[in-house]
Amino acid sequence: MTATTLAHSVVEPSGRSKGIAGTVIVVYAVISMVPLVWIFLTAFKSPSDSIAYPPKIVFHPTLDGTCNLFTTISRQTADYISSLPPPMNVCDRIARARNMVVAGPSNFVPRFLNSLIIAFGSTALSVVLGVTAAYAFSRFRVPAKDDLLFFILSTRMMPPIAVAIPIYLMYRELGLSDTHLGMILLYSAVNVSLAVWLLKGFIDEIPREYEEAALVDGYTRLQAFRKVVLPQATTGIVATAIFCLIFAWNEYAFATLLTSGQAQTAPPFIPIIIGEGGQDWPAVAAATTLFLVPILVFTVLLRKNLLRGITFGAVRK
Amino acid sequence: MAEIRVEKLHKAFTDFVAVRGSTFTVPDGDFFCLLGPSGCGKTTTLRMIAGLELPTSGRILLGGEDVTFKQASQRDIAFVFQLFALYPHMNVRANISYPLRNQGMPGEEVRKRVEEAARILRITHLLDRSVSGLSSGDRQRVALGRAIVREPLAFMLDEPLGALDAEFREVMCGELRALHDRLRATTVYVTHDQLEAMSMADTIALMNNGVVEQLGPPQEIYDRPASVFVADFVGSPPMNFIPFHGRVAPGDKSVRIGEAAVAVPEAREGIAEGELLLGARPEHVQLSASSPLRASVIDAEYLGTTQIVTVSTAQGTTLKARLSSEVAVRPGEHTGLVFHPKKLSLFEKKSGRALRSALHDEAAHG
Repeated sequence: MTATTLAHSVVEPSGRSKGIAGTVIVVYAVISMVPLVWIFLTAFKSPSDSIAYPPKIVFHPTLDGTCNLFTTISRQTADYISSLPPPMNVCDRIARARNMVVAGPSNFVPRFLNSLIIAFGSTALSVVLGVTAAYAFSRFRVPAKDDLLFFILSTRMMPPIAVAIPIYLMYRELGLSDTHLGMILLYSAVNVSLAVWLLKGFIDEIPREYEEAALVDGYTRLQAFRKVVLPQATTGIVATAIFCLIFAWNEYAFATLLTSGQAQTAPPFIPIIIGEGGQDWPAVAAATTLFLVPILVFTVLLRKNLLRGITFGAVRK
Repeated sequence: MAEIRVEKLHKAFTDFVAVRGSTFTVPDGDFFCLLGPSGCGKTTTLRMIAGLELPTSGRILLGGEDVTFKQASQRDIAFVFQLFALYPHMNVRANISYPLRNQGMPGEEVRKRVEEAARILRITHLLDRSVSGLSSGDRQRVALGRAIVREPLAFMLDEPLGALDAEFREVMCGELRALHDRLRATTVYVTHDQLEAMSMADTIALMNNGVVEQLGPPQEIYDRPASVFVADFVGSPPMNFIPFHGRVAPGDKSVRIGEAAVAVPEAREGIAEGELLLGARPEHVQLSASSPLRASVIDAEYLGTTQIVTVSTAQGTTLKARLSSEVAVRPGEHTGLVFHPKKLSLFEKKSGRALRSALHDEAAHG
């Protein structure tokens, strides 16, 4: 037996297993990054490069896709174009090179704003409802508590799209079709069960003594909840918010079914961006790239909260 | 500062009864210990006094005022938890000042009070530290600080030393008692550790199965246990019990155990023939070769100035005697037992109740 094997610890992973783990993670990351990188590259290709076969890895980057995404263009005669004042911006110049002019902004920005309003709105509503319900389930003697919790979970036991037709009819009757409120309510209804269950777990972990200490110190139940429970549930609230946001942000089926104009979100809009002569892949790729940004920013901003422990060791277990 | 009165307090949960009709009074300024094994209802009683739990029936009076159904926040009681319950997102100063800031006390006054409390508890140097880095003893001091800074009507302490290391517990025991002597605040202290209760309390209420078995000063509980449970729970090692069959008439001054007549305090009540127990504290048992109550030495445990000698009687009862370490004892040695005649207790085996005797005479007057 050598000295190295003698020093082998059963707790610390060995250098070799660390190496293997690292390699696996890197390989996995590379594989999952490939589609994203491809989308990102496509966003800067010209329409013909984007559908070239064999696929082009080296290409001449253009802003064609981005311009097509943000503007609508129309074909004009060369005479008309030459009579116009010089191009005002890069999109103008690109359009004119193809005998086109920029007719105005596209619908992408309003659709993207719809997505932001609906996703963040429903996330806020789900988390507020979730944290209050979870607190009640965690701390009070609620009659038929287990049955209620099971009922709440059971709303997730079938794919939500299974109830698409009834919801479509209900929404039409209620005038909620194609409205922000309608979509916020719908996504919250789906997310609130997840929020209640996740948050109940986190709140159960917070020792009751904290609130009880606040109660005997002269705080009301609501004050104790706000000043003692909420700050300690931050980690759970952040994690829940991220899950809710990702669902609401990416939801496609209901958005396609229930929104068409006013409240349409980005997911149903992006795939139908039609360019000159069919699907405009660079514009779709540019839209998809931009679509990833808010979730990325939100997650990165709150990453610290996600990783932080809950109680910080102030309670001795 | 206030007197606490608990009347016929009863608490039933869905599947068990935690407290059964407890009645006791905590005099103003008393250090009152609720002592008992886990699950005996002592913590539930404490939580009902503080308002964290509502009783099924009964009354709680705080300074003469009925607070039974008042909210915890309106009772002006401070509570110290076993797990300290310091708010992890605040530093030491914020933790201690938390109850005061809620009352809308001016900042200058809060600062003064917090610093006064910190001085008493000797944690001034920790005021601006985060609570997460503190040792458990310091955390408990901070939790005490949060309680005393309010100058409440009464303090509730729920096993405050339970989470501390043994050596620290002893230090904190002394500090707690000194703190109480200084503040003279009515204090209700819950513990399952009889040594803690004996060393700190003015009055002990010993609970078992939701019932207060005995109420009195530590000395009283130790010297004149009201039941087998009390005698067994208090004292280390606990009281020895020698079972025998017989009867007692008022005025009897001895009982027969096997062949031997054992002198006991004069009986003040009688009991019909049945199974009885003679109770003797280890320090009231001596070895004497000439005694008719025969026994053999099994083991001796050396403790410095004293030793705990385990003996077995001819009937097979095991007893522990606390003897001076000077006495030479050999395992296997045959010897006899003698008891301190004025200190023995008699119990009815079935009910566990102590028989009244001359032992209780003083207590009846006091």
